[in-house]
Amino acid sequence: MSFNQLDTLYRQVIMDHYKKPRNKGVLEDSSITVNMNNPTCGDRIRVMMKEENGIITDVKFDGEGCSISMASASMMTQLIKGKDRETAIKLAHRFYDMIQGNETDEDLDLEDAEALQGVSKFPARIKCATLAWKALEKGFKDELNHEE
Amino acid sequence: MDISAIRKQFPILHQQVNEHPLVYLDSAATSQKPQSVIDAIAKYYSEYNANVHRGVHTLGSKATDAYEMVREKVQRFINAQSTEEIIFTRGTTTAINLVAQSFGRSNVKKGDEIVLTQMEHHSNLIPWQQVAKSTGASLKYIPLQSEGTLSLEDVAKTVTERTKIVAITHVSNVLGTINPIKEIARIVHEKGAVLVVDGAQSSPHMKIDVQDLDCDFFAFSGHKMCAPTGIGVLYGKKEWLERMEPVEFGGEMIDFVGLYDSTWKELPWKFEGGTPIIAGAIGLGSAIDFLEEIGMEAIEKHERDLIEYAMERLSNIEGITIYGPNKQKQRSGVLSFNIDEVHPHDVATVLDAEGIAVRAGHHCAQPLMKWLNVTATARASVYLYNTKDEIDRLAEGLVKAKEFFTDVF
Repeated sequence: MSFNQLDTLYRQVIMDHYKKPRNKGVLEDSSITVNMNNPTCGDRIRVMMKEENGIITDVKFDGEGCSISMASASMMTQLIKGKDRETAIKLAHRFYDMIQGNETDEDLDLEDAEALQGVSKFPARIKCATLAWKALEKGFKDELNHEE
Repeated sequence: MDISAIRKQFPILHQQVNEHPLVYLDSAATSQKPQSVIDAIAKYYSEYNANVHRGVHTLGSKATDAYEMVREKVQRFINAQSTEEIIFTRGTTTAINLVAQSFGRSNVKKGDEIVLTQMEHHSNLIPWQQVAKSTGASLKYIPLQSEGTLSLEDVAKTVTERTKIVAITHVSNVLGTINPIKEIARIVHEKGAVLVVDGAQSSPHMKIDVQDLDCDFFAFSGHKMCAPTGIGVLYGKKEWLERMEPVEFGGEMIDFVGLYDSTWKELPWKFEGGTPIIAGAIGLGSAIDFLEEIGMEAIEKHERDLIEYAMERLSNIEGITIYGPNKQKQRSGVLSFNIDEVHPHDVATVLDAEGIAVRAGHHCAQPLMKWLNVTATARASVYLYNTKDEIDRLAEGLVKAKEFFTDVF
């Protein structure tokens, strides 16, 4: 592996999200808050969402982690803002497929998160990339359980 | 010590990783295995594989002899008084859990104290949390000095007449700190408590003399000292082991079994329920032969030179923070560090692209990470087969990682 190959992992757009994260901070009036950590490495994330009439009208995250996990969180929040819950979950699954290098017919645009495709060549970093997306899904699930 | 001759005996080291010669700096996680250990295991399976302590047939007695001979080797290796004090386990974790579940649960009661340090690996921390929860005892922690060492005054202050067990690591797997076990044992015994030592990071790297250390229990793993995974040792003073109940029951560990009651074998077999880890023990015996032929003192000196060199090289890189003691005599072959603005995972990925294997993460020591006020660190750890050239490669890799993350973007 050369530094050129490292560039397929650390694309410019990823480093941009890492250095200047979008939607990072605390969402005071969130309706869903979820904490998640990666027990193998100590990374942790909190995702806060405000859902109104089935639409995620606002979302923020904070936490600590490597460039891949934090950039991925930033991209995820940008992508799901303004989407409904069902679409957000679909996008998360499309993202898992891409990260694992699986072919998919689904024509869903992951926007900036498409830049994380290179992670599929670095199996040790897949969990970093999926952390924020898993938190998103957990947030929805926890809330459903809570309602029941 | 002829390093190139030593390296020749480790087949795994002679390969390219990501188009670069492998630099393996993760021996604190697990060490590599010399050909003699690999051959000893293969020889057992291909020439005398049989269960032990059972049949009267030839292979059975060969296997039993080989297995029990390793117990004698281990006894000599750590200078225990007798082979009755050497119990084979799956590893350090299982050994500590055995002490916690057997000795801990029957000797600790509500109001008693168990004393630990904040530098413990999870395997010498959670078993004691569980004992405290189930008995109502309280956990206390000896505070750490600024460089991650222990002061004997703090030990004396924290350990009281109510303390029943003190459990401390010999060498920190993150900071490399070597703790003064012998002096700690004196204090612990004055207060009437017992001392449990996690030797996972010390036994591969220095001469261990459990009688000189005067610890009550000492646990270590084979796989960090050139032996295979799945074999470890619990040393315990006979006076304690004799009074302890087994925690695993079944075949192999019994004396007489009736319908409603059973009796146990004598030491050490009462703690070895089920078919033991025969191939693992044979591998451990071969690893001890290998290490003793080189000499533990020579290994310790070689690693100290390497770490001294590494600290010098790495501390010249701007923006690097090295954790743990500065004095060479207080530390072993483990070096944890961080680079400003670069997460340790990213450091490890860039190094891997250069063929260099280091660990990144919390190293199963989350309370220590909290004390260091970091979520994770990168860690390079050396063993007898590492060279100064490899430390140079590490330093060059770290400069590249820093440039990659700070200059390129």
